[in-house]
Amino acid sequence: MPTATKTVAVTGNQAVAEALRQINPDVVPAYPITPSTDIVQRFSEFVNNGEVDTEMILVESEHSAMSAAIGASAAGGRVATATSSQGMALMWEMLFIASGYRLPIFMALVNRALSAPLNIHGDHSDGMGMRDSGWIQLWSENAQEAYDNMVMAPRIAEHMDVRLPIIVCLDGFIISHSIESMKYLPDEEVKKFVGEFAQLNPLLDTDNPKSIGALVLPDYYMEHKRAQHEAMLKVKKVVQDVSAEFAKLSGRKYEIFETYRLEDAEVVLVSLNSAAGTIKDEIDRYRDKGIKAGLLKPRLFRPFPYEEVGAALKNAKAVCVMDRADSFGGYGPMFMEIASALYPHKGPVLFNKIYGLGGRDLMPLDVDQVIDETVEVAKTGKVKMVKEYITVRN
Amino acid sequence: MKQMNWKELPHAGTILDAGNAHTYKTGSWRSLKPRWIEENCIQCLFCWIYCPDSSVMVKDEKMTGFDYDHCKGCGVCAMECPGKKGAKAIVMEEEGK
Repeated sequence: MPTATKTVAVTGNQAVAEALRQINPDVVPAYPITPSTDIVQRFSEFVNNGEVDTEMILVESEHSAMSAAIGASAAGGRVATATSSQGMALMWEMLFIASGYRLPIFMALVNRALSAPLNIHGDHSDGMGMRDSGWIQLWSENAQEAYDNMVMAPRIAEHMDVRLPIIVCLDGFIISHSIESMKYLPDEEVKKFVGEFAQLNPLLDTDNPKSIGALVLPDYYMEHKRAQHEAMLKVKKVVQDVSAEFAKLSGRKYEIFETYRLEDAEVVLVSLNSAAGTIKDEIDRYRDKGIKAGLLKPRLFRPFPYEEVGAALKNAKAVCVMDRADSFGGYGPMFMEIASALYPHKGPVLFNKIYGLGGRDLMPLDVDQVIDETVEVAKTGKVKMVKEYITVRN
Repeated sequence: MKQMNWKELPHAGTILDAGNAHTYKTGSWRSLKPRWIEENCIQCLFCWIYCPDSSVMVKDEKMTGFDYDHCKGCGVCAMECPGKKGAKAIVMEEEGK
């Protein structure tokens, strides 16, 4: 039976801060950046009011925030932080160190566009920019999913088969600053669910001195990377197991990706995060008109579940992959994954739309245009432009 | 030394044995080799102080030679050696000669 829950009206940032309060990490090093500032600001109030036992470290940059997180985690603490955009970009070199040291740090990434031009609004260029850094990535459609993913994050990261850092993504402003109705779990249930954390080989165990971060030359570097790859291979099962356990607790079931009316769909859209909500509404309208439309929304993006996604999409006639980030000179970052997932199958005709950069709205009518084009592509089997921007003036 | 495969590596490559760098032999990196000329040595131990790799062997406060398993041949010892009346107690010679 799902446990008693409290329905609240909160912003995405508030929900993530609440999850962090309930998890009660040992250390939170943080540096403020829009739109994630709100998470850390709210959390600092919890610290100030004695509602958590966390040691909060206010640092001089995001590079230092991640460095402090690495030090605190290696020392033996359960460590969390949050950032966005340029902050994520500044952390970049340290992200690889956190994953290479196999430190189960968990972090909220409130997705925001990267400069230039300077922009504070939501897109996925920060999350896609850190995609290959060895962190697990969970993406969240709304405040509820962001909260739920954050509660699950330590369990996934700290699992002994995994021991890798994890990031929970939510759309800047669209989710981080919008109030929506959602459900919190009771403090005691979250505490029980996340459990105690014991670091493997903590540096503060001074009776057993050890070194981390030693130089590794060509004769051993690849063995270390292969071991890291192995840990990533085990993430999928752990995410499935933790999500199943979470479903028993909360009544909310999450898979490694979500499908919406996908089973018999002939025209399919693929989208991450908040846009999926709008797309689901439009799919319902097209279904009412007799058009077999469906959606696939990845949740676990790193490691990417290629086989399962390929199997879920292989029977569609046309698939439009919607990317809220561009890989300049390449296809959109998610398009590349979907194309890879479908490579072993004869599969549907694929094309790619870049949308929503720098917080540009994706309205229901914009989605309709994409569905209309996907219907046309399904009919003719022909794609005019593999990758093109939508909602752009030309 | 038999090299470990990726499954045998300690978690995250953490070094659990203090001082195990000693088992990693770096002497083969050397192209120049320090040679000790005992009759010119005044036992000032500058070589021992300056050696960046603990490769100057000392017993009872006296320099006794080099640890060629670890000496990388940087030549700092030879540079610092004051010798006796201008005659160096450490000279660098090409390996394999």
